[in-house]
Amino acid sequence: MEISPLIITLKTSAVATAITFFAGIFLAYVVCNLKRGKAFVDAVIMLPMVLPPTVVGFFLLLLLGKRSAIGKFFLQFDINFVFTWKAAVIAAVVVSLPLMYRTTRGAFEQLDRNIIYAARTLGVSEWKIFWRILLPNARSGILAGLVLSFTRAMGEFGATIMFAGNVPGVTQTMSTAIYAAVQANDYDLAFKWALVVSLFALIFIYAMNAVISKEKRTLD
Amino acid sequence: MLDVDFSVRDEIFALLGASGSGKSITLKCIAGIETPDEGEIILNGRTLFDSAKKINLPPQLRRAGYLFQNYALFPNMTVAENILLAAVGSAEEKRHKLKENLSRFQLDGLENVYPNELSGGQQQRVAFARVLTSHAKILLLDEPFSALDSYLRWQLELELAEIFKIYGAAILVSHERGEVYRLADRIAVMNAGKIDTVDGKREIFKNPKTLAAMILTGCKNISSAKKISANKLFAEDWQLTLTAENIPDDLKFVGIRAHDLELRAEPDENTFAMEVVQIIEDTFSYIVMVRANGGKPIRFEVDKNFFQTSKIYLRFPIEKIILASD
Repeated sequence: MEISPLIITLKTSAVATAITFFAGIFLAYVVCNLKRGKAFVDAVIMLPMVLPPTVVGFFLLLLLGKRSAIGKFFLQFDINFVFTWKAAVIAAVVVSLPLMYRTTRGAFEQLDRNIIYAARTLGVSEWKIFWRILLPNARSGILAGLVLSFTRAMGEFGATIMFAGNVPGVTQTMSTAIYAAVQANDYDLAFKWALVVSLFALIFIYAMNAVISKEKRTLD
Repeated sequence: MLDVDFSVRDEIFALLGASGSGKSITLKCIAGIETPDEGEIILNGRTLFDSAKKINLPPQLRRAGYLFQNYALFPNMTVAENILLAAVGSAEEKRHKLKENLSRFQLDGLENVYPNELSGGQQQRVAFARVLTSHAKILLLDEPFSALDSYLRWQLELELAEIFKIYGAAILVSHERGEVYRLADRIAVMNAGKIDTVDGKREIFKNPKTLAAMILTGCKNISSAKKISANKLFAEDWQLTLTAENIPDDLKFVGIRAHDLELRAEPDENTFAMEVVQIIEDTFSYIVMVRANGGKPIRFEVDKNFFQTSKIYLRFPIEKIILASD
């Protein structure tokens, strides 16, 4: 069995989750502090979660493809996204970002506003409030968002196949490998990959629950 | 709608008002948690807010230490970390400040404990220690005891009186007249988003000049009234003609505190025959509701060896009658 789909899946999910992690926390913080247009910005970030993944992939093709303005700009530096490993990462970021952003924002908003106000009136800078108060108190929410984003990135199929394709050894992830195997009537191979994917998902969700219940115990 | 104007010296100043009168919002505007639509806020000669000059200092620069009803301690930090987060100075100075405030607030030995392990009283003391180690120049207290039972309330009031000895300038927001009288020097009565009366606490309790001040200082008997002659007025709700001094021409209300009414056996000056409507047994006294000439009931209090007679007389001492024209 060719193990490249496993390696590619783990690599793209890891890189995508790293980007999603920081971008999600940043966006959650920015949207929390928006005075106007909160609902609109929120809707734009959340859109990839409710759209069919094929639509997301299609939009990415239009936006970053070779004929688009952005695509042409990057081509000047010999950078092409479509049907490359980078495209798989971008697709995974776009679909997993809403999960990271929403869970983190929920955790930020759950914190008693008076705690933030108290810190401000005491003279604590916004920077210090973010690092010393907001982040530590939102930790379990952020961890949950991280695990959800990683599992979502790992299971990504629709946007990936539209935008990154299904090139064995390059962009073929476990989920696209399963699709290809079924197409080729190789049910044995499809079953093996399905088992690996399920096992990973189970381990991650279990780990998340364990971490969150441990957090709760230390907080109570 | 909130429209207030007052100035505070180095003193304990109280905003006394019913819930919804705008006293908490006023405090939040001073701290910079809320932004007023227009006006000025000046602290120690520093402009914190001025809508005309477009000045709006962030709360961090206002040096106003706000104490929240729920204390708002940082749940992820120990007592020591809570106290020192906003402290300025070298490590040595911080250590000294911590030690000083831990012992001042009887928190010794609790420095490594998290807020959720502390009692309500301890949490409040941590909140005070945290403000005192910060750069705050004035304390803003929002209903500091409202979440507590009466026993703890009294303990913390005693502690707060001690803190006020160290910390000379504070604004206290409360709806509890006793607390305000015991702790503050001057009082502003707030009503419907406006400052109704500002005065020294003795003056305001002795002679509340408005209906709102009468109610908030605990006057139980209030009647609408009209001036009849130089020293006579007619209390419309009570159906009584009373003798009083210095009656203003535009008199609107007359009031008398329940404990200022005197029980008499026979008619006298400003003394009227009363029909007993209801007797309510209170913890240490009787509350007696009486009326004259079919008017609205008047409340007075007597100790528990009061015997009900068919006819009683009540005297309204001239010097205790409260008059208001607003």
